[in-house]
Amino acid sequence: MDGIEETRRIRLVVNGKTVERAVSVRKHLGDFLREDLRLTGTHLACEHGVCGACTIIIDGVPARSCLMLAVQADGLNIRTVEGLAEPDGTLHPIQDAFHEKHGLQCGFCTPGMLTTLAAVLEENPEIDEAGIREAISGNICRCTGYETIVDAALSAAATMRQAARGGL
Amino acid sequence: MKAPPFAYHDPRSVDELKGLLASLENVRILAGGQSLMPMLNMRYAMPDHVIDINRVAGLDDVRKVEGGLRIGAMTRQRTLERDPLVAAHAPILAEALHWVGHVQTRSRGTFGGSLCHLDPSSEQPCTAALYDATLHVAGPRGDRDVSIHDWVLGYMTPALEPDEALVAVTLHTWDGRYGYGFEEFARRHGDYAIVCTGALLATDASGTITRAALSIAGVDVRPVRLSEAEAMLVGKPADAATLAAAAEIARGIDCMSDAQISGDYRRRLAVAMVKRALTKAAERAKG
Repeated sequence: MDGIEETRRIRLVVNGKTVERAVSVRKHLGDFLREDLRLTGTHLACEHGVCGACTIIIDGVPARSCLMLAVQADGLNIRTVEGLAEPDGTLHPIQDAFHEKHGLQCGFCTPGMLTTLAAVLEENPEIDEAGIREAISGNICRCTGYETIVDAALSAAATMRQAARGGL
Repeated sequence: MKAPPFAYHDPRSVDELKGLLASLENVRILAGGQSLMPMLNMRYAMPDHVIDINRVAGLDDVRKVEGGLRIGAMTRQRTLERDPLVAAHAPILAEALHWVGHVQTRSRGTFGGSLCHLDPSSEQPCTAALYDATLHVAGPRGDRDVSIHDWVLGYMTPALEPDEALVAVTLHTWDGRYGYGFEEFARRHGDYAIVCTGALLATDASGTITRAALSIAGVDVRPVRLSEAEAMLVGKPADAATLAAAAEIARGIDCMSDAQISGDYRRRLAVAMVKRALTKAAERAKG
């Protein structure tokens, strides 16, 4: 390609807001979020789909932002860790639970843990511990040993079940 | 860890895709991206052109056809895991997909992508081999069908010309009731399998096996059908001794070795996985 950088204009919804940008076609979605939109909550580590830190929610399902080109996100609806809390700052139940149960230490894996668990719990708040462990099997944490993360997810699931029944 | 420069194409139809494939050189087709994107990021793949087929119409449906289930090449693993037709006609596919990567990669990863990437340990070619799948290929010299048994030319090499694309796969699912079992051994869940095995068993009212299929992946560049064991099973009772004797036949297969796992260890695992998969299939065949 002799150094020619092809760009394309894309339009997508990120955390409820429509954004439109010209983007290099070889740029992955994680870099686009961080560099072009300055949404640096999405963390990039391995950039080959192994660590899970860059997980975002694409049209309602969790996916790796390093394994998708930004240009492929044209027309899609994306939620990043910055979009989990309500606009008034009220935390998502999974964020509250991470705070409450000490679900993080260094915090590097946390955005990927939160987005994965938010998507999985929103789809199925009845999930059990085995299901939670499987859901985060693609997210590597080198600090916590996962126990407090699982505790937080179970606690958030209970909160979300209660809210669904109108108990909160 | 950034992809090299390439020209990007996103055709909307199979005809447009065929036109691009016929006119461009050094092309990689981007399906779900769960293998190609890492290869681009690590620059193992340096294509001049990337043809993204995510927006090609009509490549992501699952439908019942005469003699089987036709799965569009771009059908996501997540979709297949939850698809009612898969649950009804090819339930072992949903069970096998449970072992593929993680929830985040199955959101994007596709059945057709896996069958073209052909990782030797992949669960999807293993399952396709179990159902004697037919792969539907589109290209400038016309469309053609390839049996899964002729599909793998060598290590990670499908029987696809550079100007051809896989558009759909037909699984020749079994009629009537049958049992199934998929078993895998990997160091951690979601890792590449060291060995994985699928088994299908149909039995009659007396518990005699009337039909059997056994497929093993991770042992060779292509999934291995254990036809000797299949033939041995038919006409015998589906009891523990028969299933164990069939599993022993896996001890005779020629297994690859690599830096971590010896061929001998793979063989021993294959025997254990076949026995477990057959046991599960026999239980389910009883209903």
